[in-house]
Amino acid sequence: MYAFQYHRPQSVADAAALLASDSEAKILAGGHTLLPTMKQRLAGPKTIVDLGHVAELKGITKSGNALVIGAMTTHAEVAGSEVVRGAIPNLARLATMIGDAHVRHRGTIGGSVANNDPAADYPAAVLALNATVVTNKREIKADDFFKGLFSTALQDGEIITRLSFPIPGKFGYAKFAQPASLFALVGVAVAQTGSSARVAVTGAGSSGVFRQTAMEGALGKGWSAQSLAGIATDAGKMMSDIHGDSAYRAHLVGVMAKRAVAQAG
Amino acid sequence: MFFRKKDSDRAPEAAAPPAAAAKAGDGTVSVSLTVNGTPVTASIDPRTLLVQFIRENQRLTGTHVGCDTSQCGACVVHLDGRAVKSCTVLAASVDGGKVTTIEGLAKDGKLHPMQEAFREHHGLQCGYCTPGMIMSAIDIVNRKGTNLDEATVRHELEGNICRCTGYHNIVAAVRAGAANMSSSRQAAE
Amino acid sequence: MSATGIGASVRRKEDQRFITGKGHYTDDINRPGQAYAVFVRSPHAHATIKKIDTAAALKSPGCLAVYTGADVAADKVGGLICGWMIHSKDGSPMKAGAHPALASGKVRYVGDHVAVVIAETLAQAKDAAEKVGVDYDTLSAAVDVATAQSNGQPQVHEEAPNNTVYQWHLGDKAAVDAAFAGAKHVTKIDLVNNRLIPNAIEPRAAIGEYDSGTDSLTLYTTSQNPHVARLVLAAFIGLAPEHKLRVIAPDVGGGFGSKIFIYAEEVICLWAARKINRSVKWTGDRSEAFLADAHGRDHATHAELALDGDGKILALRASTKANLGAYLSTFASSVPTYLYAPLLSGQYNIPAIYCEVDGVYTNTAPVDAYRGAGRPEATFVVERLVEVAARETGTDPAEFRRKNFITAFPHQTPVIMAYDAGDYDACLRKALELADYGGIGARKAESAKKGMKRGIGLSAYIEACGIAPSAAVGSLGAGVGLWESAEVRVNPTGSVEVLTGSHSHGQGHETTFAQLVSGRLGIPIEQVTVVHGDTDKVQFGMGTYGSRSGAVGMSAIYHAIDKVIVKAKKVAGFVLAVPEESVDFKDGIFSSTATNNTLTFPEVALQAYIAHKFTGAQLEPGLKEGAFFDPTNFTFPSGVHICELEIDPDTGATRIDRWTAVDDFGELINPMIVEGQVHGGVAQGVGQALLEGAVYDKSGQLVTASFMDYAMPRASNLPSIKLAMSHTRCPSNPLGIKGCGEAGAIAAPAAVMNAITDALGHENIAMPATPLAVWRAAQKSPTKMAAE
Repeated sequence: MYAFQYHRPQSVADAAALLASDSEAKILAGGHTLLPTMKQRLAGPKTIVDLGHVAELKGITKSGNALVIGAMTTHAEVAGSEVVRGAIPNLARLATMIGDAHVRHRGTIGGSVANNDPAADYPAAVLALNATVVTNKREIKADDFFKGLFSTALQDGEIITRLSFPIPGKFGYAKFAQPASLFALVGVAVAQTGSSARVAVTGAGSSGVFRQTAMEGALGKGWSAQSLAGIATDAGKMMSDIHGDSAYRAHLVGVMAKRAVAQAG
Repeated sequence: MFFRKKDSDRAPEAAAPPAAAAKAGDGTVSVSLTVNGTPVTASIDPRTLLVQFIRENQRLTGTHVGCDTSQCGACVVHLDGRAVKSCTVLAASVDGGKVTTIEGLAKDGKLHPMQEAFREHHGLQCGYCTPGMIMSAIDIVNRKGTNLDEATVRHELEGNICRCTGYHNIVAAVRAGAANMSSSRQAAE
Repeated sequence: MSATGIGASVRRKEDQRFITGKGHYTDDINRPGQAYAVFVRSPHAHATIKKIDTAAALKSPGCLAVYTGADVAADKVGGLICGWMIHSKDGSPMKAGAHPALASGKVRYVGDHVAVVIAETLAQAKDAAEKVGVDYDTLSAAVDVATAQSNGQPQVHEEAPNNTVYQWHLGDKAAVDAAFAGAKHVTKIDLVNNRLIPNAIEPRAAIGEYDSGTDSLTLYTTSQNPHVARLVLAAFIGLAPEHKLRVIAPDVGGGFGSKIFIYAEEVICLWAARKINRSVKWTGDRSEAFLADAHGRDHATHAELALDGDGKILALRASTKANLGAYLSTFASSVPTYLYAPLLSGQYNIPAIYCEVDGVYTNTAPVDAYRGAGRPEATFVVERLVEVAARETGTDPAEFRRKNFITAFPHQTPVIMAYDAGDYDACLRKALELADYGGIGARKAESAKKGMKRGIGLSAYIEACGIAPSAAVGSLGAGVGLWESAEVRVNPTGSVEVLTGSHSHGQGHETTFAQLVSGRLGIPIEQVTVVHGDTDKVQFGMGTYGSRSGAVGMSAIYHAIDKVIVKAKKVAGFVLAVPEESVDFKDGIFSSTATNNTLTFPEVALQAYIAHKFTGAQLEPGLKEGAFFDPTNFTFPSGVHICELEIDPDTGATRIDRWTAVDDFGELINPMIVEGQVHGGVAQGVGQALLEGAVYDKSGQLVTASFMDYAMPRASNLPSIKLAMSHTRCPSNPLGIKGCGEAGAIAAPAAVMNAITDALGHENIAMPATPLAVWRAAQKSPTKMAAE
């Protein structure tokens, strides 16, 4: 690790001020992406602003028809939350599928969404559920938030404070894990609100998480796994690596979408 | 996924850290935490990982490092009662926290039931992954209860890699240790 | 059988320290004044080093020294050696290039050692290492073993034209050709034995220490064989005379072969310690382990089996290209030759066998012994061949094997080995029963209803281990003997220290060796301590690999105990005032028909040391004996493993549903530990078959360079293992035991792949059978295809 200055603010305002005063400062959330990268000296931020002690970024509430999760809420907290289980049970289940137990004790929803790893699980849920990413500066709709591999609409110094998930009629997530990393080789999240459906795919797309609109159309007409029969995903837009070539990933999108619908009920 | 490949062709000078970064490291940060019940305060380089703090500052070498990608679980300790990978936590971040390491499990010379179970069921060979395994196993019991079926244990051990045992006896040990934690009412730390 | 003697599942003595965090691994050790070493490694698979600029690094804060290949050469530090000479078919010796500890002029794989930077702290060493400027002229790389010998390929070493280290063969080619000419059926397969990365969970580490007062060196290191390390470092690399060099291998966190070898890092730490007169510590990180620990396997093989009209095997032939990597590691040359081809007879009566092996240099990490070392590769060839042959001839695979089993012993195979004892059908029968082989049809139908494909696969393995005898391996080219030594020191109070040349890094020697002593001397196991891993304590030893510690190491202890008993009886004779010949020793008690008095073992021990009852002319005081044991043959464990699995054709995911193993390790010292060895071996074999595979890209970059891409077996990848034993006593050691450390890894890959191909209905899939590979294979029609 390269040396850095360390700050442990107690409030979002203090954190924002620190970030504003130092253009090279990096936010540390749960640390499970940033720290391994720094350990291998693939990243060398000069300043770290650790959000771990900002109490206002934690917590889970149901607010009207929305489930609101603080950015520094860990995956384990989401997985174990009665509020989440009551509102969107399969979102809690998704949280149990991230990394491993130890990772879930530290990794946070805000960190995962901000990092937008193309194989992370949460971005699929955020996109399928049409969630709103709330920052210290504004609210960003999911469709406007994810901008490609490791890229988001967040500006320098902007801090995700919470995520607001409209509570859907149905939600499901199915993941096929990459055997080594346990990240999603393909993960598909499906949501139904009223009669409209949203389908978001992680792990597979060469531009990161994306919506599978043909599947959304089919599920909008009839919410069942069978409705997805014969709907192909363009292999040309899939990633390819030793764990899965683009044809395999495109195929798995179909398989996982059906399983996600079945899980959603 | 986690990491972008290092550009192996970049000029060596480009790899050098900016001078300012080195200077920034001159500032230390104070951290106070409890390690195995003992309060500790130290002034540390901010880049000190919790595992380094435990091994080098506290000289508790039972916690091991087996990888650099947060996967193997040899470094698992309990932070405020929950299992974490101490190789992926800054010591500075856990200011005010309570840390339990493998050395803190036995009380008054009496082994924790999970330690006993690993010995009784031959749940270890070289011993290197063992501290992390035992800390994880206790965490599983804390989360999932003392009556654990085989499938649950196998799934819950996904964050710990053992190269020696084939897990067969680790699974047996975790299940037996869990049951013994129930009977000895030592489930929670 | 006593509760702590031979045959008891005694709980391990060493566990107390491991379960309480009190183990002492190399990285746990810190020496006064210690400095830290970081290696600058090649980012290129193949390049000429034009210039190394160390000036900026030397000015970096805390930097103590930067050394390059030029410094190593100037100090005349010897190169790393390969200790096994292989001769080609034409009689010429293998063509090996030099292997300097720091690269000289050229780098040959990604991770090759270019320079070492030593600084006050690890962070400072890393900072300085980034400032070492290396100017490379990159060259194209020879990466693929299949093409590396072609004309026009990049040359890894000038000494080895066409990257060919040797073209070796074994067997009677003419007899084999004649048998094939007369065959009714020939089965042909092409196999890849995938390259594996050992990944002991403890990364390698080394601390070199120099004592200028005595001009002596100490090396703390993660070694499976500290004495061999000392011998090589002293006699070949020339760092210090053997008596001025102490090598300590403390607790070692798994080896699996990868910690046998003498690596550049420990050479450099030791050498640099003298140069800077400070202790120098290096602890590898996982990324370095991926790049620069010796890898395993990596064979490409074409094999054929000739059958007569009754399904009897007439002959086997195999042609293998073995990737040896960029340099010959310590025992690399022997693994794909004498540790491989002599096992191609399997458990079968095969009248004629011929095998040719090309050892090939590539611009990849060195390849050497990994758990099983050659025998897994041989078993994979034999057991895939017989499985496919059975299927092609419409014979039940179990029946096909049975029909061809060797049934009379001793049995001389056509490829060196003389199998001493075994009962192959006993293991097969038991395994089929435990696996409910007869019920597989119904279970397949159940799976099919769920849209799943179920398959079952057998692997009837044999291996040669307990590696020794010295004369035999010497005749095959080994540069060392493969005996083992032991010393049994009885203290005046009757407690015992056993000093052994074996090294435990997970095998449980502190328990099993103590069981032997406890059982034979009739003393409590708590009274026995096993000492190993320190060249200043143990006189010499060959270390632990090739499943040799029980059969060879413990046998040496057995003989030393014999001598202790002989001496103790003499002492007892004097004390009891009876003729020595009348003294009997049983269950820890010395008695004599000539008296009603008896003596316990501790009483005799004390008498041996106080020496009041005999004169120096009659008997030497003391009670300490040593032995060197060199067996007359390898041991030949065998068994049958059966894998039953289910494939999800939609995703390619494979789930192992049942694993049944029946192994014959002869007599068992500690069944619990033996079973644990099988479990671990099976996991590594399953890992090879389903998950693990080192992948280099065309330029020689390692794609699978971390646990993020190299899939290690996890608990959820494995089933519980149903394990039973058969017991055919081994005649070549006094304990009747056979090696058990590698059997699982030897048996498992073929069992898995036979099950997968059974489920798929065709043979067209290679290891590792990842979900991607299985999904692709599941797209192909389930008809018999030519081969993989």
